Amino acid sequence: MNGYFGDVVTLAVKDLRLELRARDTLPAMALFVLSTMTIFHFALPSGSSDNAALGLLWIAILFTALLGLTRTYAPEREQSMFDGLLLSPVDRSAIWLAKTVAALAFLAAVEVVALLAFWLFFAHIGWSLLAAVALADIGLCAVGALVAAMATASRSRELILPLLLLPLTIPVIVGAVGASVADDPGKYLAFLAMYDAIFGVIAWATFEYVVAE
Amino acid sequence: MKKLIAPLDNAVGLALLATLLIGVATAMTFFYAPVDEDGLNQKIFYFHVPIALTAYATFGWGAWKALVHLWKKKPGADLESYVAIHQGTIFGSLTLITGSIWAKLRWGHWWLWGEQELVLFLVIFLFYCTYFMLRYSIEAGPRRANISAVYALFGVVLIPISFLAIRLAENYIHPIAFTTNGPQMAGSQFGTFLVCLVAMFALAGALYRLELLGKRLDTKLRDLRELVLS
Repeated sequence: MNGYFGDVVTLAVKDLRLELRARDTLPAMALFVLSTMTIFHFALPSGSSDNAALGLLWIAILFTALLGLTRTYAPEREQSMFDGLLLSPVDRSAIWLAKTVAALAFLAAVEVVALLAFWLFFAHIGWSLLAAVALADIGLCAVGALVAAMATASRSRELILPLLLLPLTIPVIVGAVGASVADDPGKYLAFLAMYDAIFGVIAWATFEYVVAE
Repeated sequence: MKKLIAPLDNAVGLALLATLLIGVATAMTFFYAPVDEDGLNQKIFYFHVPIALTAYATFGWGAWKALVHLWKKKPGADLESYVAIHQGTIFGSLTLITGSIWAKLRWGHWWLWGEQELVLFLVIFLFYCTYFMLRYSIEAGPRRANISAVYALFGVVLIPISFLAIRLAENYIHPIAFTTNGPQMAGSQFGTFLVCLVAMFALAGALYRLELLGKRLDTKLRDLRELVLS
């Protein structure tokens, strides 16, 4: 495969292969989400509604995504390879897209664990929840891969990423929780899709400026 | 010398105009606009809403300057964008405070999650506070300017999206003064509101000019000092 998408696939596969060899992000995310769920079990007094559990599920997903996103550019930073990546003859936005795809793959893998645990510990999972998870993941990872690049330029890397990401993802949480608890999830899912499209395009268009010297 | 004074004149003139307009606006609010059925506490509307609109306008101006920076690479646009967002954050905190006072007087609570405008401002306020953390944790230079500009652009997109999100998530408590049928206000109320709005815009403009002037002088002074020392 050649061209733009060939570059994206090559870069994303590189990140996935690195993770499969080193295994430092995925197990951490999976353990984190499981411990969070366990904590939620004790944080929810008996008699709490399923809606409260669904809300907490979204907090768990958001924080797990955050944990994974702090590691987005870790391989490049640790090996000082970021300049090499920028010098390679690929479009800069392809780097962002590859990072988004890799982050999405990690998050999706961990969410399989998270949703199984949720189903086991708390409540039944509906189709609208699954659709919301898929759409919310895209938005979280697209925006996350961009602000993580901003954070790497900052002195306070791990500290600033949550501050950058959380206000930007408030609409995602509104849409996702709405789709999970409402009787009519359609408009919430449409809102999530709109968020993904708009922020995806902006992140794609502006990534170049974030990494350019 | 003339070049140095020209923008100062501009800023001083704008500041005088803002002072005058704020005086007129205050007088109109209390002596001209009628007291409506909500009582005296409705008067805060003449300050709260213009302040909120001014905050939006300055954020919008900041994003426009950010776009100019990224697109045209115009030197100085980064600083202008930063100063506009700084003013926006100041007016944004004033919006939160005046909105909170209004909510307390009208509904008896300092904070109402049902009040969409207030919640939206909280989200935006959180977003723009991080702007300063981000900006000052990156070394000064083109990279900082670029990243700040991209972040400022995200801000203007986040505003309408958050508004939609809050609409989706909320029940409707906030009184809607403006509908598609035009403003539901008496002529004298609307006139007062417009004067207040122009006054706030003038104030924001004057503060923007003054801060920009200060920052530019700062930079010039630093360059001069480096020149003398080297």
